[in-house]
Amino acid sequence: MASNREIFVDPLFNDNPIALQVLGICSALAVTTKLETSLVMSAAVIVVMALSNLSISLLRNKIPPSIRIIVQLTIIASLVIVTDQVLKAFLFETSKQLSVFVGLIITNCIVMGRAEAFAMQNPPIPTVIDSIGNGIGYSIVLIFVGFFRELLGSGKIFGIEILPLVTEGGWYTPNGLLVLAPGAFFLIGFFIWGLRTWKPEQVEETN
Amino acid sequence: MGRSTGYIIGFAIAICLACSIVVAGSAVMLKERQEANKVLDRQKKVLDVAGLLGEGDISPAEVNKLFADNIKTKAVTLDSGEYNESVDVATYDQLKASKDPAMSAAAPANPAKVLRVPNDALVYHVMKDGEIDLIILPIEGKGLWSTLYGFLALEKDTTTIRGITFYQHAETPGLGGEVDNTRWKALWPGRKAFDKDWNPAITVIKGQAGPPEQDPYKVDGLSGATITARGVGNLVQFWLGQEGFGPYLTKFRAQGS
Repeated sequence: MASNREIFVDPLFNDNPIALQVLGICSALAVTTKLETSLVMSAAVIVVMALSNLSISLLRNKIPPSIRIIVQLTIIASLVIVTDQVLKAFLFETSKQLSVFVGLIITNCIVMGRAEAFAMQNPPIPTVIDSIGNGIGYSIVLIFVGFFRELLGSGKIFGIEILPLVTEGGWYTPNGLLVLAPGAFFLIGFFIWGLRTWKPEQVEETN
Repeated sequence: MGRSTGYIIGFAIAICLACSIVVAGSAVMLKERQEANKVLDRQKKVLDVAGLLGEGDISPAEVNKLFADNIKTKAVTLDSGEYNESVDVATYDQLKASKDPAMSAAAPANPAKVLRVPNDALVYHVMKDGEIDLIILPIEGKGLWSTLYGFLALEKDTTTIRGITFYQHAETPGLGGEVDNTRWKALWPGRKAFDKDWNPAITVIKGQAGPPEQDPYKVDGLSGATITARGVGNLVQFWLGQEGFGPYLTKFRAQGS
């Protein structure tokens, strides 16, 4: 049995859900054009994951195995809707930018993956720690991608101009590729490259 | 591990009940706040296109006050161009009405790809010393990926443009999303919406247009966003035309109100 500390730290870099397990790529491409939306999306995923996996862990001995997946999905979907409602009520501007992607947390494989792989077998406290750890692992990649996409794609950080753009009378010509989804693919690729150079044990064996 | 079928069904029902209570509860409890946010957001955009919104953040109370002090909302029957006083402008939801067959009509095929037009539309009058200073019209239409929703501000001669803004769209950030760029929006004021014969004339061209005096009917395109820019031109023309606010603006010119 791994210690709580390991459960928390492992998914950050050693077993990062995006970089190593390659889960949740879709939302990592879609919401990372700006740092602010990346942060809100990260927070939403952490909250949904912690709460849903906590509920699933509490019910783990009661859930009939034959319908466990649909039960997990029901719980996750309900919490996603609640999160979406809260964002609309309290962070209206950001929720407009995130649009459908909050709803799509339901389909984020990281949430389902942790529910099935961890929450179904473990007591509540390690489960919450595992969820938050994985959520932060996901957030690290999102924030990394969001930072570079906003900086190089629109010359801004948190909407504040860092590199004065040519169109505004400055010197920086924004890189249009980075505001489109393929730009995020490159950045995630660089992230994984960097991570695997640092931790060569993550490199898959080639045949 | 065998559980009875009864247990499984019971468990499924219990989970569904619990989840639906949580979802319904949060939706009902937060509804008021969400509606307030939507109204506030619309008011803010109206003030913005009217040029009444300064730089920086503004509190909800200030938005409400500015709006109440300066803006008069009116409902207009689009077919006839007459004001429709029977519509309660405080609660009328034009976007919802456009989807309701009883309150809207299908639009003929048009380049702006507007599918339905509401019977009644809201217009906003910006008042100055008790007189109408600006007319603000809601506009919508297709860009590349999404429908753009926004406002167009006209002077009381009904042709001089004073501003344009979009409050909702999902165009590519940095390309089509540049419709939100204040520098691009600043190209609109001073240009003319209608030509001498009162046909909608304003277009978004490819490349650069001259200053308003020289090129009154042309606005610069957005580089890398040809389709969004064309969409903006089309949707502005649609709403100025006979299917949109054309009859209303004709009446307004004749009567001066």
